[in-house]
Amino acid sequence: MSALAASARTATHTLLTGDHAVAHAAALARPAVIPVYPITPQTPVLEKLAELREAGALAGDLVPVESEHSAMATCIAASLAGVRVFTATASQGLALMHEMLHYAAGARAPVVMVNVNRTLAAPWGFWADQTDSLAQRDTGWIQLYCASPQEELDTVLQAYRVAETVLLPVMVVFEALYVSHALEPVAVPGADVVARFLPPYEPAWRLDPASPRGFGGTATPAQWRANRLAMQAAMDRAVAAVADAGERWGELTGRGYGAVEGYRLDDAELVLLAAGAIAGTARTAVDRLREAGVPAGLLRLRLFRPFPAAELTSALGMAHTVVVLDRNCSIGSGGIVAAEVRAALHAHDETDVRLFSFLAGLGGVDVSPEAVVGMARYALRPGPPPAESLLPEAV
Amino acid sequence: MTDRFLSGHAACGGCAVALAVRLVLQEVGDRAVLVVPPSCIAVMMGPLPLSATRLPVLQTAFETAAAAATGLARAYRARGEDVTVVCLAGDGGTYDIGLQALSGAAERNEDILYVCFDNEAYQNTGNQRSSATPWGARTTSTPHGKPTRKKDIIGILAAHRVPYLATASPAHPADLAAKVRRARGLAGFRFLRITCPCVPGWGIADDGSLRLLRAAVESRAVPLFEVEEGRRYRITHRPAGIPVAGYLRAQGRYAHLTPSEIAVIQADVDQTWQALVDAT
Ligand code: SF4
Repeated sequence: MSALAASARTATHTLLTGDHAVAHAAALARPAVIPVYPITPQTPVLEKLAELREAGALAGDLVPVESEHSAMATCIAASLAGVRVFTATASQGLALMHEMLHYAAGARAPVVMVNVNRTLAAPWGFWADQTDSLAQRDTGWIQLYCASPQEELDTVLQAYRVAETVLLPVMVVFEALYVSHALEPVAVPGADVVARFLPPYEPAWRLDPASPRGFGGTATPAQWRANRLAMQAAMDRAVAAVADAGERWGELTGRGYGAVEGYRLDDAELVLLAAGAIAGTARTAVDRLREAGVPAGLLRLRLFRPFPAAELTSALGMAHTVVVLDRNCSIGSGGIVAAEVRAALHAHDETDVRLFSFLAGLGGVDVSPEAVVGMARYALRPGPPPAESLLPEAV
Repeated sequence: MTDRFLSGHAACGGCAVALAVRLVLQEVGDRAVLVVPPSCIAVMMGPLPLSATRLPVLQTAFETAAAAATGLARAYRARGEDVTVVCLAGDGGTYDIGLQALSGAAERNEDILYVCFDNEAYQNTGNQRSSATPWGARTTSTPHGKPTRKKDIIGILAAHRVPYLATASPAHPADLAAKVRRARGLAGFRFLRITCPCVPGWGIADDGSLRLLRAAVESRAVPLFEVEEGRRYRITHRPAGIPVAGYLRAQGRYAHLTPSEIAVIQADVDQTWQALVDAT
């Protein structure tokens, strides 16, 4: 262990909520422009940023914009002028940004944003539901789903490294209340560690009067297509960039990350698969199933865009049954993660794997380990799997 | 005088917006970055990879000119760079879809120069009414004439008490240039509204826009003035006060108006002028 890694591992441990953890991460990343509009349950992020700024721990310019749409427009422009930016939102705010999410990716602006997963109206709610961010999957943003305040802090810093490497924006995502407002001891790394991980941002292209170029001019069909293909190629490179950032962060802090995270997967025949904090419940369910003699494991999906199909299928190993828990729903299709996993399995010729899709925890309803055990047991019943439309919503 | 708007752009022949853009860019200096939302100006700025200007251009989304300018101004300040951030927007992008961002930037007193080229309708999409379209004007979406009055954008921004507001006309280039220079010399939120006749939209000949603008100004339909800190009004050109009928009759979009409707407009012009005089 290097001296630096040793010092990082003894970094200050602070009791932080998920929202406060990302505010600390943002301060450590040294963004110059931070346009944020308040929305429950993201508001503590903004409040903590303001507090850190007052205390002199955040040098960036906190811009009190008039809407989330403007927050993203301001982020994009500042990024294209050549500075690092940060913003955070949730639910309705993310939906309002939708137009600019496409713009950010198309203009190749390495914006980093936190989204707290919250239900979308109508009806109104403030509860954990991943549909808000998953509905943005086609915008060209890299998406990383976190399960704890510590992981959020670490992931925001990795997000900048990834975004600035492949020139695509990154969304760091976690669930309302279960993570945003949950307290846990978080290791806050020192500025020296972050400086070694994240060099100052100086883009090759920017809006500069000394070298006048533009962004966003009208393209021909062929130019437009070339732009989208370049974005797709950047997404392909993002898989390696995410792995590299997770690994390098691990070397510096002892906390490494990958596109997926496995738990008791080695000899698992049944794998529970989920993104976000709901995977923590599934982890307990895996232990219960193991105690009962069921060779169960857990695969937590951390990277959702680009979808890590190869990493996921190889991590599934010899499993013959996959149970996907989706705290989200594409109305008319079902669990969004399940649909992606099904496509990944098919693309990798894993057509023998039986996949079960459960809508678990929609609208923030609590999911107990017992309920997850019940889903696993349902999937292990003998006989062919039932038609998908017959699959129950377990919770 | 440096021309920063180049020839060969895609505006219609005789377009007053193109002339006004040229006049504005002559005065913004070489350390300027332009923000252009969808509009005829965006078309003029040129398709990729061409550009009609020697300045960097960010062609942003329709409702975001002032928000994008906010990001640029803050970023250059953070980088310690002296850059004049200039929005070139149409009336749709300013009075309608961009109003929220405009109000936000005005209230925060962002250090930007926002220029609205007001051709009184969505001309880039073929002449549909905007909230800048005057009462009675025919557009493709108001075939019998617009039933409501033009939004008072200067009044709205004056209520924000911003450092500098002005109206201008490309037929009065010295007045226009002086206002851009004045705005450049100030910090904070500065706004110019430049009235620009549109050849097809207003139904005029392609050599008619400057003559028409002089009629607009001299009839007081388009007064030229400036406002400091939202309170100090100053009329920069004393109009002759000719009847507004001549201005209206010269345009296809008002061809359907009856004499009594023209009288209604004349009364409104007189009242608005008097209110302006009272404010000075
Ligand atoms: S449509 Fe009107 S405003 Fe647009 S370029 Fe033509 S003349 Fe100018």
